[in-house]
Amino acid sequence: MNDKKAGRSLPSVLMLILFIVFTVVALFPLFALLLASFKPSQELLRYGLNLKIQPELLTLRNYMSVFLPNEFGATSSYLLWYKNSIVITAVFTVICLLFSSLVGYGLAVYRFAGRNLIFLMVLVVMMIPIEILLLPMYKLMISLKLIDTIWGVILPFAVAPLPIFFFRQYAMGLPKDFLDASRIDGCTEFGIFFRIMMPLMAPAYGAMAILQALHSWNNFLWPIIVLRTNEKLTLPIGLSSLVTPYGNNYDILIAGSLLTVLPLIVLFLFFQRFFISGLTVGGVKG
Amino acid sequence: MSANVSPSIQGKTSDGRLRKLLYSQKAAPYLFVLPFIVSFFLFFLYPMVNTIIMAFQEIAPGVTKFIGLKNFSNLMNPDFYKALRNSTVFTLWTLLILIPVPLVLAIFLNSSRMVAKNFFRSAMFIPALTSVVVAGTIFRLIFGELEGALLNSFLGYFGVDPIKWLVNPWSSMMALVALASWRWIGVNILYFLSALQNIPNELYESAGIDGATALQKCYYITLPMLKPITIYVLTISIYGGYAMFTESYMLWGGSNSPQNIGLTIVGYIYREGLQQNNMGFGAAVGITLLCITLVINIIQLRATGQFRKED
Repeated sequence: MNDKKAGRSLPSVLMLILFIVFTVVALFPLFALLLASFKPSQELLRYGLNLKIQPELLTLRNYMSVFLPNEFGATSSYLLWYKNSIVITAVFTVICLLFSSLVGYGLAVYRFAGRNLIFLMVLVVMMIPIEILLLPMYKLMISLKLIDTIWGVILPFAVAPLPIFFFRQYAMGLPKDFLDASRIDGCTEFGIFFRIMMPLMAPAYGAMAILQALHSWNNFLWPIIVLRTNEKLTLPIGLSSLVTPYGNNYDILIAGSLLTVLPLIVLFLFFQRFFISGLTVGGVKG
Repeated sequence: MSANVSPSIQGKTSDGRLRKLLYSQKAAPYLFVLPFIVSFFLFFLYPMVNTIIMAFQEIAPGVTKFIGLKNFSNLMNPDFYKALRNSTVFTLWTLLILIPVPLVLAIFLNSSRMVAKNFFRSAMFIPALTSVVVAGTIFRLIFGELEGALLNSFLGYFGVDPIKWLVNPWSSMMALVALASWRWIGVNILYFLSALQNIPNELYESAGIDGATALQKCYYITLPMLKPITIYVLTISIYGGYAMFTESYMLWGGSNSPQNIGLTIVGYIYREGLQQNNMGFGAAVGITLLCITLVINIIQLRATGQFRKED
């Protein structure tokens, strides 16, 4: 390309400077978090975070209070929250992908009475902010005895409209010739789906897996309503419980926050393509 | 045959009938969409109807009675006005920042003169990986009120006195908008970028043959072609803005803030409905929120011509 030649012209230099500024702004808060995680929490509480790096003050104590028992022998709940988050994210993602792809595929491949109505229902669910359903949903969870359980967190939003919409779009582009051939070979409709169509939709699963896992990992509003006991909390809820109007448990809060995003950043650097295709699905016009 | 169409898959069905059902092309689609149907009725329609009913009820432990429109008339109170105002101002600010800035950045990123595109795109996307809880933790540090806290110590170099960011109304809103913008800018850039990459190159080529300048190409081709995605981003931003809650919850460590400077509509639902256990009233706030977002989006979609068939 002619990048080299273009690189010297004035507008492109200005553009480059602009992007460098924006990148610094984007990455600076994470750098601040990283720095804060190595500073004594007492100092943060007393003086606030500054950018001075005083090597003699840097400490691993914040990380130690995450992983090791304190002087009274009590371990923080952080590792439990981490485990809960991993379990909920994994189960949610698997259920969400399985059901959403079944529904999306069904809507795309078959012509049946009520198909348009069901698709319309999907769109309606997509249009209504879930925030307004919080209170009746909470009551429903109480009557279903799902309060303070992982199923209470997972089930209500496992069959989500956006992934259904996405899988429908994707399945509409699948080759249909396989269908009749497999039927002649004696495959059931579900057999066709699981043996032939699912592997063909692998890229769609990749993109949606990342999007839904990210959503579940970071989810706040619903889990904070469902979960009650400290030992059952997920990471965002547990971390937010450390924030109080009067002072914070800065040691676990800050080191813990960093350890929550770090795996995501590492995954992102390796699977960027999937992240990006998953996140831009909303922009695909039906 | 038609007997098999019934999608009942109770264990009682004999082996033969189950097998016929699995092979039936008529029944299969209903089995495929069954998870959504169940979820729709149980987790959407039922709560939806319930919200509407609850909004007209007073719900106290053991007693539930209809009180007509009283919940709605109770909405006329300073706290709700504050919540409505905060959510609206927040939404407007996010629209003002999170549409033009990512749009321009995406156009630059798409330009052939730009270098290291993927690097910049990824770097600006990374904040979107953080949860609001983590982002809130960081922004509490940045907007700390102590003299030595990040932003205050920075302003200190210019002789500005330390500001109690999360106590003043204007600076609180700034912190909320900064937090939201930081997390979302990369995502909106991706939206605009993917739309830009779908614009066929021939359009630019033929415009070039006709002697169009770069600026003309941008105005007559790029911007009109970006209209659908802009409307999409606008729509989700309006919903997202009015649904904002966690950002405020994190900055003030709960749903209470000094003089309610951080109170939002969803925060009000949370506080009244769950913490004060006034569910009927909370439901009325929810219905109001739904009406507001629907009305604004219908106006917005009409104004941008989305209801005209030929578009």
